[in-house]
Amino acid sequence: MDILSNLALGFTVALSPYTLFLAVCGCFLGTIIGALPGLGPSNGVAILIPITFTLGLDATSALVLMTSVYYGAMYGGRISSILLNIPGDEPALMTTLDGYPMAKQGRAGDALVLSGVASFVGALLATIGLILLAPSLARVAFLFGPAEYFALYLLAFCTLGGMASNNQAKAAIAACLGLGIAMIGVDSSSGLPRLTGGNLHLYDGVDFLVAIVGLFAIAELFFFIESHGKGSSIGVVLDKVRVPWRDIWNTKWTMLRASGVGFVAGILPGAGASLGSFLAYMSEKAIAGEKGGFGTGVAKGVAAPEAGNNAAAGGALVPMLTLGVPGSGTTAVLLALLMTLNITPGPTLFTERPEVVWGLIASLLIANVVLLLMNVPMVKIFVKVLMVPAWILLPGVTMISFVGIFSLTGSYFDLLMMIGFGVLGYFLRKLDVPTVPVILGILLGGNMEDALRRAMTLSDGEISYLWSSPIAIGLWVAAILGFVAPMFLRPLLKKPQAITD
Amino acid sequence: MASDRIFGLITLITAVAYIAAATQIQTNFFSGEFLPKLFPLMIGGVAAICSLVILFKPDPDPDWPASATWVSMLIAVIVLAIYAVLLAPLGFIGPTIFAAGILSYQISFRLVPSILSGIGLSLGLFVLFKFALGLGNIVAYRIPTPEKLWNAISILIPFVGH
Repeated sequence: MDILSNLALGFTVALSPYTLFLAVCGCFLGTIIGALPGLGPSNGVAILIPITFTLGLDATSALVLMTSVYYGAMYGGRISSILLNIPGDEPALMTTLDGYPMAKQGRAGDALVLSGVASFVGALLATIGLILLAPSLARVAFLFGPAEYFALYLLAFCTLGGMASNNQAKAAIAACLGLGIAMIGVDSSSGLPRLTGGNLHLYDGVDFLVAIVGLFAIAELFFFIESHGKGSSIGVVLDKVRVPWRDIWNTKWTMLRASGVGFVAGILPGAGASLGSFLAYMSEKAIAGEKGGFGTGVAKGVAAPEAGNNAAAGGALVPMLTLGVPGSGTTAVLLALLMTLNITPGPTLFTERPEVVWGLIASLLIANVVLLLMNVPMVKIFVKVLMVPAWILLPGVTMISFVGIFSLTGSYFDLLMMIGFGVLGYFLRKLDVPTVPVILGILLGGNMEDALRRAMTLSDGEISYLWSSPIAIGLWVAAILGFVAPMFLRPLLKKPQAITD
Repeated sequence: MASDRIFGLITLITAVAYIAAATQIQTNFFSGEFLPKLFPLMIGGVAAICSLVILFKPDPDPDWPASATWVSMLIAVIVLAIYAVLLAPLGFIGPTIFAAGILSYQISFRLVPSILSGIGLSLGLFVLFKFALGLGNIVAYRIPTPEKLWNAISILIPFVGH
């Protein structure tokens, strides 16, 4: 009953006409952002954070707006996956495997509606899972001391590096890069500057928003200059859109199973939505067997990764809200949003600011319903968005990024640094170095060091204190396993190749 | 192979420099002698080990773009840098036409559409930011004194700027 009264509190916060209006705007904007090639949930939300912040919305409204954009972008991503065979972001890759063949068979409308329904089911079930699981995990999190937190942050970096990348050393380098950047600035305990090289602009550190927008949005510009905006023309026709009731009914168990798999994958810190959609697709493929025809454009192959992807996105919110450790690139961006709004995720968030947590959860539920209602009848409008040519879109996105950072800090130095991060992001992605650990490092570096320092102070410099409690040992073991095991599992976890024309 | 070796070498040098900088971190009575240095040293150490791994076990080379594309990208970076320093002294509209137009040209290589998209984006985004969203520090245009303009540009010139 506790949950119901909490939910009621959430809905009183999130269901005012004004916030509802923001939710609808956010969903609409988010779907467009997700549908645009080259923009996905992480960079879409990233460029909007500074602008939202300068608009002066209060914390709840900003949160409702941005979570709607986030969910909307998750929905919108499937449009470019299905019609263009271009995944908007990493997790949408699995949707192209069956979505694009299905669209080429002339069933583009069916694929879009079916994936919309699958997204809805996945996201809805994951939000329910979040409601049930998060409060109890928050209670466990109260047992966490500095040693446990240090091990937890380590676990996040290890699993992120282990599962989401192809080369452990490169993922670890990326994490070190982020953590190293987070150390720059005035040290909180001594009040003396650290690692600034005497540059006054660096005294208050590197703003994580500058890094996120640079790595995610500006880097994209260079990729489009490299490809000259090719490959973004629609190869399939979309005529009548109607609801494929039979396909939806036939895939009901697929959606439920995929949601379960995706949710569990999302909860693992650092694993996130890519793993969720991957595991959901592969397990359904295994269940269907050879006769299932996965990869040729079957309904189940569209429903499974979309349900898994959205469920994982919901699941990733569990460690993000209760422990302050995001599970994926997009939740890292959401964590950045919370930190910009001066909300610190963690177990105390549930007791001290229940209106924020439950308002967020209620707005997730609202956004999900709005998106389903919006996506089925209006999908043709969103498809039009795909026609925006890259030579208008990318300069536009770049200018919006500049204005966002400029109105946030008003400093040319941050803008130059953002360009630097853009160049860095281009080279890192070219060299197959994941950029999400960099973001995570910048976001969590301060907290991780804080945990380490407090642990060292408590134990009087005794290093073994870091693995002295059962919880801490468990986390260390999981971290080492999460980092080492994928090296041996990699042949098994081989990603299927996307279909090429 | 070669790309990863160069990358590994750069990160190794950076990591060693980082460790060296970390040992020089100033401390005082409140922070203790060792704690402010501990975590940066750990990061530098892990980064150095990983750099060695990349140096000795490089991945295959990625497909690097052709040299004409490098020129395009270099132009884009320079244009963005100029845009960054001119946004404050010249206001929004002028620099945005310039920057968006050139970026658009680097993607499409068509002159007229690029100029039009630069002008369109500049005016459209200005209306959006100023009137729809009400962002305070976006100014349509400013006419700077030559001295201010030089101050802004000189930021980008090494050893001259501040």
